[in-house]
Amino acid sequence: MTQTHSPSSQVRHGVSTPIVIVGHVDHGKSTLIGRLLYDTDSLPDGRLVQIVESSRKRGLAVEWSFLLDSLQIERDQGVTVDSTRIPFQLNGRDFVIVDAPGHRQFLRNMITGAADAEAAVLVVDAAEGVREQTRRHAMLLRLIGINHVIVLLNKADSIGFDEARLKQVEGDIRQLLGRLEINVNQVIPASARDGDNIATRSEKADWYKGPTLLEALSLIQPPASRHALPFRMPVQDVYRFEGVRYVAGRIERGTVREGDRLVIGGQGQEATVAEVCRWHAPHYPVAGAGESIALRLEPDLVPDRGDLLCPAGDEAAAPQKAARLKTRLFWLRGEPLRVGESFRLRLATAEYDVTVAAIDAVVDLDDLSLSPADEVPPDGFAEITLAVARNILFDPFAPGMPDGRGVLVDRHQKIVGGAPLIGPAALPEGSHAIHPTASGVSDAVRAGLRGHGRAVFWMTGLPGAGKSTIARHAEEALSREGLHVTVLDGDTVRSGLCSDLGFSPEDRRENIRRVAHVARILADAGQIVLVALVSPLIRDRAMARAIIGEDWHEVFVDTAPELCRSRDPKGLYAQAEDGRIAEFTGVSSAYEVPEKPDVVVPGDGDVARSVRHLTDAVHKAVR
Amino acid sequence: MALEDARTMDGLDQLEAQSIFILREAYRKLKPMALLWSLGKDSNVMVWLARKAFMGHVPFPVMHVDTGKKFPEMYDFRDEYTKKWNLDLVLGECPPVEEMDPSLPPAARSAARKTVGLANLIDKHKFRGVVAGIRRDEQATRAKERVFSPRGASHQWDVRNQPPEFWDQYATPYEDGMHVRVHPLLAWRELDIWRYIERENIPLVDLYFAKDGKRYRSLGDQDITSPIESNASTVAEVIAELETSRTSERAGRAMDHESEDAFERLRVAGYL
Repeated sequence: MTQTHSPSSQVRHGVSTPIVIVGHVDHGKSTLIGRLLYDTDSLPDGRLVQIVESSRKRGLAVEWSFLLDSLQIERDQGVTVDSTRIPFQLNGRDFVIVDAPGHRQFLRNMITGAADAEAAVLVVDAAEGVREQTRRHAMLLRLIGINHVIVLLNKADSIGFDEARLKQVEGDIRQLLGRLEINVNQVIPASARDGDNIATRSEKADWYKGPTLLEALSLIQPPASRHALPFRMPVQDVYRFEGVRYVAGRIERGTVREGDRLVIGGQGQEATVAEVCRWHAPHYPVAGAGESIALRLEPDLVPDRGDLLCPAGDEAAAPQKAARLKTRLFWLRGEPLRVGESFRLRLATAEYDVTVAAIDAVVDLDDLSLSPADEVPPDGFAEITLAVARNILFDPFAPGMPDGRGVLVDRHQKIVGGAPLIGPAALPEGSHAIHPTASGVSDAVRAGLRGHGRAVFWMTGLPGAGKSTIARHAEEALSREGLHVTVLDGDTVRSGLCSDLGFSPEDRRENIRRVAHVARILADAGQIVLVALVSPLIRDRAMARAIIGEDWHEVFVDTAPELCRSRDPKGLYAQAEDGRIAEFTGVSSAYEVPEKPDVVVPGDGDVARSVRHLTDAVHKAVR
Repeated sequence: MALEDARTMDGLDQLEAQSIFILREAYRKLKPMALLWSLGKDSNVMVWLARKAFMGHVPFPVMHVDTGKKFPEMYDFRDEYTKKWNLDLVLGECPPVEEMDPSLPPAARSAARKTVGLANLIDKHKFRGVVAGIRRDEQATRAKERVFSPRGASHQWDVRNQPPEFWDQYATPYEDGMHVRVHPLLAWRELDIWRYIERENIPLVDLYFAKDGKRYRSLGDQDITSPIESNASTVAEVIAELETSRTSERAGRAMDHESEDAFERLRVAGYL
């Protein structure tokens, strides 16, 4: 390919094209960016001197990555932690380079950097070829919707720009990206360190006829206009200033014109656009995708945040409607995801309570195959089904479009995953759909009725530590003060709700899961819940914590093992030591002490003092 | 008669629309919130964008954390536009420099006063959202920021563990005592700010324009900010100057250059 770049047709004044640089750690992303900025003369005066100085201080030759790795930890450890953005100009066109970290542990930062890019440069070490993070990043490019990808075979000098070997790596990558349905725009053999095929054509690879990286960047087309699509505006907020009501939001696609008939959200109310309002701008009766505007409606309805405004009376232009949603998940929580977990699904400005109804398939990153699984591992990818209590309106996810960009947040408002909505999920043959419903009674109303807040105190400790005794005494003391308390005690629960369970690790985990759900229901009803359960494993307690959410308080009943053994109120230690009880915590199976409990209750002193310790913590939590 | 089409948005239109979106998200999700008005060009643009977002109103307080060492022109400007723009102004004081971390270099130590003044003000009013006008292109650690940047109860920036932020979904605080720094100008560059000032005709303090061959490119405290050589005496001339400039905007800010990590340390402690 010998075409030259003609900037005039592609320059958009003042509009920047963000390009994300991704790839496996140490394949040379930061060096590439340093080289790009240097070759395009984009460094401010003095910056080069700083880099040379920072490098010299650490005994290094010029370290290009210091341009981007601005944090002290990044320079000291030679690793990019968080993404950064640097503007640069190419033939009068503005670009923003987004540097994304390659380490798996910083995946969330890679996504943060990459999500709004219009194109990606996937950097692959020509000698090493495709590695784990290459596959992971490629998968993410697909899921966040980037479909213009330039592959840079970096460090090609290390294999002497050998055509046969480079073609081999190119073949592997094309196959990988092809399976992910990603367009490969160019594959460029290069050396970022030496500048081969970055800004200038390399003489070391005379067999290569494609563009240099800079030429490839200038071929990126601006995103297509979204004006011609059916109108969508998710309501962001509703204001009233000086007697006028404004329905505020950003148009996601299409256009809106004064006089248009709109339908509001799922309830089907209709209104006419009386005015398209902007402040300190000449009046103009039309607005299009990307604009943040305010509408005056006639009649003067008050939509809710999250209601989708769509054209009225046009079936073909209507969004999809479903209560079971198929999504392609990228999972960002440090803990695995399991069926039955509940989240808030954020979709533009809307929020819905959703439950994971099914994990349909999990992606194996080694060969990108899909296979059934019970859980999605941390940083994993999966196809899952989400159940919502009622039908919601959405447009399916498509690369480069704002539609269907679902995000899952936990009870702490933390983002735990991206869930692009692919479409409605069919109900499996012969199964019941789960439709969880959310209570309309607010926490504040419940607290008002009870006169106190709610909380779950999860008391963990060795058998014989005194958990049940302390819990029961605390129950009495708190009840006398008029507080509403329930105790969930291990043995009591096992005599009924969990009488089908034994003491294997799996059964213990199931026991904890059930107790955690009961505690959650009681807390939702406004109760103070004291759970007395050995719950020996950190992993299982983390699961309980995830189920219970922000009301969770971990209490470690701290009693010396010898004392528990000598107390042995149920005669269990004796039996375990005789080998008559298998998998007995503290004897034949491990107890993991909590790392950072919210409360430590000493269990070896006087009971009244231990109880006071607990009741003080309860008062603090629910006052 | 043919109907008008929706307009094609240029770069400034896109930045403006995104900033309005961010301010509206913040106002909806973070109550009570306030906007930091340093009286400089960026924070004036931010007040202007708030008026765009809320139809001419600024429906939350604007805070000026006063070091007592600003230029007199800036105090005059503050008083004039508090009235003209109908702002709910909240003032905060800064403790004396002697109380600051003595291990910081001198100018950074002076700048740290503002961090403490700001922290006191946030605690006093229990603000959950604080809107600040920092930009990624100003300084390399700012380039790593989030649009919504959660701060712990001690106002620390946990730079190693920032939340994911994508598809316009932002982190909101989840524990008592936390607040969120909101950065609606993060994606703007210095030139964008000036072009927007020109387009919207946003008033500025005169110090930005050249007198006797010097002007201020960035405004901080009098004792740690120095002017640059320049003959640009109008907005248009400043834009023309910046289009060919090769030095960084904060070159005149002493605390940025004292040691390699001075600015990062300031920011981790809660500086802007």
